[in-house]
Amino acid sequence: MKNRILVIGIGSDFRCDDRAGLAVARFLREKNIPGVEVIEESGEGTALMERWKDAEYVFLIDAVSSDSPPGTIHRVDVQRQKIPKSFFHSSTHQFGVAEAIELSRVLNQLPPHLIIYGIEGTNFSMGIEITPTVSDAGLRAVDLVIEEIRAIQV
Amino acid sequence: MKAKTSKTRTIKVDYLARVEGEGGLIVKIKDNKVTDVKFKIFEPPRFFEAFMRGRDYSEAPDITARICGICPVAYQMSSSHAMEDALGVTVDKQIRALRRLLYCGEWIESHALHVYMLHAPDFLGFQDAIQIAQKFPDVVKRALELKKIGNELMTIIGGREIHPINPKVGGFYRVPYEHELRGMIDKLKWALEASLETVKLTSTLTFPDFEQDYEYVSLRHPDEYPITEGRLVSNKGLDISIQEYEKHFQEEHVEHANALHSVHVGSGPYHVGPLARYNLNYDKLTPKAKKAAKDAGLGKTCFNPFKSIIVRSVELVFACEESIRLVEEYKKPEKPFIDIKPKAGTGYGCTEAPRGILYHRYKLADDGSILDAKIVPPTSQNQKTIEKDLFNYVSKNIELSEDKLTWQCEQAIRNYDPCISCATHFLKLHIERE
Repeated sequence: MKNRILVIGIGSDFRCDDRAGLAVARFLREKNIPGVEVIEESGEGTALMERWKDAEYVFLIDAVSSDSPPGTIHRVDVQRQKIPKSFFHSSTHQFGVAEAIELSRVLNQLPPHLIIYGIEGTNFSMGIEITPTVSDAGLRAVDLVIEEIRAIQV
Repeated sequence: MKAKTSKTRTIKVDYLARVEGEGGLIVKIKDNKVTDVKFKIFEPPRFFEAFMRGRDYSEAPDITARICGICPVAYQMSSSHAMEDALGVTVDKQIRALRRLLYCGEWIESHALHVYMLHAPDFLGFQDAIQIAQKFPDVVKRALELKKIGNELMTIIGGREIHPINPKVGGFYRVPYEHELRGMIDKLKWALEASLETVKLTSTLTFPDFEQDYEYVSLRHPDEYPITEGRLVSNKGLDISIQEYEKHFQEEHVEHANALHSVHVGSGPYHVGPLARYNLNYDKLTPKAKKAAKDAGLGKTCFNPFKSIIVRSVELVFACEESIRLVEEYKKPEKPFIDIKPKAGTGYGCTEAPRGILYHRYKLADDGSILDAKIVPPTSQNQKTIEKDLFNYVSKNIELSEDKLTWQCEQAIRNYDPCISCATHFLKLHIERE
């Protein structure tokens, strides 16, 4: 395989909209795209660093909470955009996604291409129901990621 | 921190970085005296206990493992033991040893993460591990490698490192071949050396002079440093079977936190985790771990919570040495699990999660479905002790500047490696465009 493409879905199945990243990963896995590895992670940072270190293209799908309307899809190209400070201190895993990215940057261990798809959630309480607008956004994110993968594989 | 009046000070930290989950801290000071300390945590109500009702006993390890991304093995082991207790079965020696080895993997990865990435920055005056990496990249690389070796052990035995899928009530779905585990020996030997370096490094840190009269509570086993089983003991005379836990420890609801606070009935707050294990089981440590502790200036007991970072490192040494022994002695069991017939009953499980004892109790119906579940994680047991530490620490250091006091309060909380609501991780996101 020419490009090693890795999709990482992040989330918890028991935190409502926090499932979004995992749901997207599961949809993408079902598509069985050749040359693409799909994994699920809890969001613990050092494990992520280990996962992405040999990949060339990484798509990281995660639920996010900002002031945007639920269902908004944020795309962040980590090589080109700085991860804002506010990423850090509200992350509930103290060494989470944002920390892993910044530590990888310092240690020169960032993959050449790392794209975050953040899906804006609204309900992160304990439970298994995902908000419909968030679930719809997850489906749109699936299409967007597939589109990007196709462009890479051309 | 805001000054309300000239005499009243309030230290407030809304979100604590570098603790698992979201936590907040409020310390109120009036006329140079601490009047109130609230360590707020937003742990949700007992969703999982309710979620378990009606499910099959065999589902408990997998479901409860999702409570925590850092210590899934602890949840799997406490729930499996509780179910086996309820169903009247005992796993054989090799399965037991394999569970202990899996648990060592979790101790290694969890302790390495906490010591280097979360707690060390407090002592070194850095905001986070990223700043450490800028100055000492090799130290951070060592931490990552150490953690990775713990993860690898968990992957070989558990099937995968986060939320291992292989353990089940009665044993494992699949057990590794001898050669799979033997392949870890060189790495574990490296990890042992790295852990010894970790003890040396942490012993050079500066510690506030702050000894407290704790009631330490941990498991104690006649033959080994406690991980998966034993009696519950304390330095104040407690010595009970885990089945008696709820007679001696009760949970209280407090207004400022969703989590329940545990107390030892009749005596109040108590302390679980590495310091408790060390103080109550020093004699069971491996020779290398004992020597490392001695060289680091630790006695057989330690009542300074800030020194938990050294004790955690000593436990890293122990976990690596114990892993090497278990791997060398491992013989693949003929059958990976024991057969179980469902029946009605009540069972108890209590194991030493990296952060301290994790108690599970389940009541089963005739068909093996769960009628009732109770789970008491280590952090809710330490909560009252954390607040007491903060009260005493701030009272003693009231003259410190606000910044310094806030910093040290956060550091004091991290002495306990609190895992507040492990099951979520979403980011508060603000986009900055260049």
